[in-house]
Amino acid sequence: MSTVDLNHVSRWYGNVVAVNDVTMSLQPGVTGLLGPNGAGKTTLLHMMSGFLAPSKGELTVDGAPAWRNPDVYKTLGLVSERESVHGFLTGKEFVLASAKLHRLPSAEEAARRALALVEMEPAQDRRIDTYSKGMRQRVRVAAALVHEPGVLLLDEPFNGMDPRQRFHMMDLLHKMGDDGRTVLFSSHILEEVEQVSGTVQVMVAGRLAASGDFRTIRRLMTNRPHVFTIRSSDDRRLAVALMAQTSVTGVEVDATGLQVRASDYGTFTRALPRVALKEGVRVRQLLPADESLESVFSYLVGA
Amino acid sequence: MNPTIAKITARGLLGRRRIWLLVPLPLVLIGLALLSRGVGAEPVDWGEPIIVGLGFTAVLPIIALIVGTGVLGSEIDDGTITHILAKPLPRSEILLTKLAVAVSVTALFAGAPLFVVGLIAGEPALAFALVVGAVVGALAYSALFVMISVMTRRPVLVGLVYVVLWEGLLGNVMTGTQKLSIQQYVQSIVDWLAPTDILSGRVDVPVSLVMAGVFTIGFTVLAVQRLRTFSVAGETG
Repeated sequence: MSTVDLNHVSRWYGNVVAVNDVTMSLQPGVTGLLGPNGAGKTTLLHMMSGFLAPSKGELTVDGAPAWRNPDVYKTLGLVSERESVHGFLTGKEFVLASAKLHRLPSAEEAARRALALVEMEPAQDRRIDTYSKGMRQRVRVAAALVHEPGVLLLDEPFNGMDPRQRFHMMDLLHKMGDDGRTVLFSSHILEEVEQVSGTVQVMVAGRLAASGDFRTIRRLMTNRPHVFTIRSSDDRRLAVALMAQTSVTGVEVDATGLQVRASDYGTFTRALPRVALKEGVRVRQLLPADESLESVFSYLVGA
Repeated sequence: MNPTIAKITARGLLGRRRIWLLVPLPLVLIGLALLSRGVGAEPVDWGEPIIVGLGFTAVLPIIALIVGTGVLGSEIDDGTITHILAKPLPRSEILLTKLAVAVSVTALFAGAPLFVVGLIAGEPALAFALVVGAVVGALAYSALFVMISVMTRRPVLVGLVYVVLWEGLLGNVMTGTQKLSIQQYVQSIVDWLAPTDILSGRVDVPVSLVMAGVFTIGFTVLAVQRLRTFSVAGETG
């Protein structure tokens, strides 16, 4: 059982603070590191994987510092965001090289097992140059877990994967989590992490904005106020009727249509067609106005 | 030395198209020597411009530059270095392996044509001395260029500045800089091993030997230190 502990960790580049006073402890199981682009996820992962020194604070893997400590890689596997690999190697050569560099006693066997785990055996004798993005990602995961590390860090592992590959990868991560490994993956796309059962850490603008059980945070996200823009055959009539709904907290009528603020996404979107039908109003357009990921994340900061 | 890293490094180096740009250099060296002999010129007349002017000032350092920045700089540039660094290996092992590959390839690509040129000049002793010189040069240059690869993001440019400005230009204008020039050490060592009328050393032999060693060991130690604190820049945050 391995843990990664961050104690008031900050990292800055000149005047720019990339990671700001983050304290967290990663436990066995799957953890999602979520946040919009530029939130500091990659910087945090680089520090956890020993490729960047914290400007301030302490970062340890099983009690030992990650920075300037190559031995940390005995318990740590890393799948970085840059998908660069030695393209002239075949998938098998690449994973086998990784096993040998870890000085595993039975490198061949470990490489075979890792390639089987990511279902890359059929393509293992082709050059990595010829792989698709998803295949590359999988072979990199195989290379990262060839030594069965206690901690596996993955930076945006679902990038470029189709839904089936994504599901399979998520399944694999969960299996590793169930085995008692500490698995951390980062993502800036909320939909990617829907199937996660474990905990999440949400980063916004370098700070840890929310942390804990995914379901709780998920509820916070879905229960936040939503703004919709509606255009209909009779805006004013619809506005009056909508105002009577408990899920609606505010309505504004202007030249372009209706701005409706709803406290609950699900209840409102179910109520709208019913109300429109009853009032005999034809809804021409329904636009969620405020759905950017940044707004979701910044809502969490306020929560 | 780590055989896995050596194999990957060698394949990466020789698999790059850039490396085959090096082939013409040795061929030109040999071709010019053959041509000079063919037209009946004396080795004393053509030896200096071809061996020193072309071989020591261009062929040896340029090959060392391309190879030395290729073994580590290219991997840092494209990010594949993280696969090698994310392993529980002493950084010295990684660096020394890369350096050994660079020295071997450079010594081969530069030493072989120089040897042939020595034979064409009818001086077997000089031919062997040139091989030793190429190996000494390969050691010091490779250590320098590998170190530059870890220190800067523009290793080829910085390396060229050293070769062209420091050794090429200043080395011929100001005698002081000759004492800090790998090319001069190589030349002095070759002249000491096989004294001929073809070329002459300009730096004391003991100074050359000691300085070549100091350069090689010093740059290697610095490179290892730098690799220990190698940071990956967070470009996407």
